[in-house]
Amino acid sequence: MSGPGDPNSPDPRGSTDAPSEQALTEIKAKQADEIVTCDACPVLCRIRLGKTGACDRYGNVDGRLARLSPLVVTQRVLDAQGELVPFLGKPWAGQLLPEAETFVTGIGAGTTYPDYKPAPFIIGSEVAGVDMVTVVTEGIFSYCGAKVKIDTDRYIGPEQAAVRVNGEQVGHVTTAEYGSQMLALGGVRHLTGGSKKEGNVTCDTLLTLCNKGAVDMTVDGGASLRVQAGKPPVIDGQEEHRMRVGCGSATIGIFAQQWRDHVDEVIVVDDHITGVLTEHQAGRFLEMKPAGIRVRGRKSTPGRYFQVANPGTGWGGTDIADPLAIIEKISPGIAWPGLRLLMVSTTGEHFAYFVLDDDLKPQAATMPQAVALAVERIGENCEPALCTVLFMGGAGGSLRAGVTENPIHLTRSVQQALTRVTSGGAPVYIWPGGGITVMVDVDTMPDNAFGYVPTPALVAPIEFTMRRRDYERMGGHMGYVRSLDKLRLDQVTLLPWRPAQPWPLDPLSDGSGESE
Amino acid sequence: MTMQAALLPDGRRLHLQHGPIDLVIEAWGAPAEIAAAYRQAVSAFQPVLSELVSELPLLRRALPATGPMPLTDGEIARQMIAACLPYRTGFITPMAAVAGAVADHILQALLAGRDLTKAYVNNGGDIAVWMRAGQVLDCGLVTDLGAPQLAGVMHLSSEMRIGGIATSGAPGKGQGGRSFSLGIAEAVTVLARDAATADAAATIIANAVDLPGHPMIERVPAVSIDPDSDLGQQLVTISVPRLLPEDVACALEFGRRVADDLCRSGMILAAVLAFQDEISLCGSLLQGRLAA
Repeated sequence: MSGPGDPNSPDPRGSTDAPSEQALTEIKAKQADEIVTCDACPVLCRIRLGKTGACDRYGNVDGRLARLSPLVVTQRVLDAQGELVPFLGKPWAGQLLPEAETFVTGIGAGTTYPDYKPAPFIIGSEVAGVDMVTVVTEGIFSYCGAKVKIDTDRYIGPEQAAVRVNGEQVGHVTTAEYGSQMLALGGVRHLTGGSKKEGNVTCDTLLTLCNKGAVDMTVDGGASLRVQAGKPPVIDGQEEHRMRVGCGSATIGIFAQQWRDHVDEVIVVDDHITGVLTEHQAGRFLEMKPAGIRVRGRKSTPGRYFQVANPGTGWGGTDIADPLAIIEKISPGIAWPGLRLLMVSTTGEHFAYFVLDDDLKPQAATMPQAVALAVERIGENCEPALCTVLFMGGAGGSLRAGVTENPIHLTRSVQQALTRVTSGGAPVYIWPGGGITVMVDVDTMPDNAFGYVPTPALVAPIEFTMRRRDYERMGGHMGYVRSLDKLRLDQVTLLPWRPAQPWPLDPLSDGSGESE
Repeated sequence: MTMQAALLPDGRRLHLQHGPIDLVIEAWGAPAEIAAAYRQAVSAFQPVLSELVSELPLLRRALPATGPMPLTDGEIARQMIAACLPYRTGFITPMAAVAGAVADHILQALLAGRDLTKAYVNNGGDIAVWMRAGQVLDCGLVTDLGAPQLAGVMHLSSEMRIGGIATSGAPGKGQGGRSFSLGIAEAVTVLARDAATADAAATIIANAVDLPGHPMIERVPAVSIDPDSDLGQQLVTISVPRLLPEDVACALEFGRRVADDLCRSGMILAAVLAFQDEISLCGSLLQGRLAA
């Protein structure tokens, strides 16, 4: 210790943090169920579920006292056959298992912004006989955002419309994808290009979404949304359950063969394209007899109709509650008494079965078993509707200096796949072209992997793994490489590895096109 | 976790931390004097937390509106009660001044017998300061505790006779912590003769910046967040939506009246009230001394 003060010199009076035995006993006696008593210091905060103590360093996480934002370490254990062994029933006592493979994530690593100093953790390990180095850090991302995919056909608002949280614009509606509406949220213009409030609300929105929390938002001229990664979207207060199997026309194409023998006409109600079986190419191919039932809307091609109703939260993303409302006319001379008509939505959630009476009026009838099965099959082929959140950020900036003295070498090495990039241990997609722009599905990352700085900007974990030889070649901070056992284990949180994900330390290609 | 004492990476400032107390300290003067001053601060800091904890139940109780004040052993506890005394006819517990009182105490210990030019003890935004005649100190101003960043700089000089600066306000969404506010202001900064006085006054003014009964302001009983909160069942603010400009002006005016009274009575020297991008200055002291 040098410099003024030498505050670490021992003081004869000392300071002990062990709370008195009596105080501990008393406080534990009056402890309610979900309250945790923190014994990290003499204040003995009693902490409710999900809250923090007075110091903000310790909190009650799932009824357990936890040090917040510790370094997260993941481990996997392989048996002799190279199969992943689950840590069944083993409590995580906070120590690393010697027989397990360990990967240090960037979560809780901290950062050395500005990054002219080496990253907080540069870990050397030997894998399959090759010396590997992982540079572990938390990057501060001023250029970042979230791409959100919302599986729904419901109308959420026009393309380019502003998406707002608490009245502040945090992003916009972007091009719709198959069965999904897409949002582009965040980005440097909302984070730091607008008002202070706009930046803070945007940062808060991104942080909550990336940490798998729920955010309520509204679309200008559109719907109100509740979005949470890995959960069904809630649109105008209604939870979406299924993603449609296809548009109305596609649904007919998929199921026409199965319907032919049981009904005379099927109308698949869809806000995008409503399909009419006997007019549709598929029905004609099956030589079905025209049923003479004309639906409203604008005809696109035979059996395919646009805009049979207004967008809404009723049948197939329309505002329809009574399906017969979309029938414009039933032609005598073509239609016949006893005609069996099935009306169904693209998710199978709405369905009705009718038989035409002698006046050719549709009368609700009991649905035959075979038709019910066909409807059920539509539902069975729909995937559950989810919100998915991809974090996207540029790691090509100053944080590279924490990795190497010559940042461009890191960029090149990543582009040549000599260096593997992970985020909280999860695989990332590197957008080709200049820089290191990464995308990662936040659902594959450990919980609460993200933080923020008041700039405002997001803090995300990022790890660069490469051969020691390649690290040296790129001008890496070799003097700072330390082995895993030098980590202070009282500061880590241990997570089991997610078996579905590639192990970040698996051998890399060596640039020759062959892997070792 | 025991008490931590270390110089920050800049090699100039001393960081002391024990449980919820987190101090950043800086002194100016000859190196040997600074070293001795820091040793004195570390030494004075050692027993602070345990002394406070031993009287915590008493310090968390509301002061009686009339009659004798509670007797305490600790010097810091006595200062806390003294600073809160003027507000005892309303609801106040000595905890309203705990951060400032700790800062004052450590500053006094740091200065005792030392030959320094200036020094401060910053206890999480509640700051005790001292300047020798002719000295100046620039102090950053944060107007949103939910998203702390520098909103301006106060140029302080010795003739202003400021000994304490404290900031109080409602924490933003996602802010943990147990420093609650009954009001809705993002930040109220008070300048006073000492930090404990500034701390108590900032709490009172921040509580006054309010729109009682406004349906969009979310409040919960303090004990639902912290079971041992000194605020008990009182409703504390957890979320304030964007409000209409006239509502913002109205809430600020409520706080302003309280702050103006305190300035006029000489209890405090100046106050800066910040709420939803509006800033209100009370007291003449800061006129021309605030830079964006």
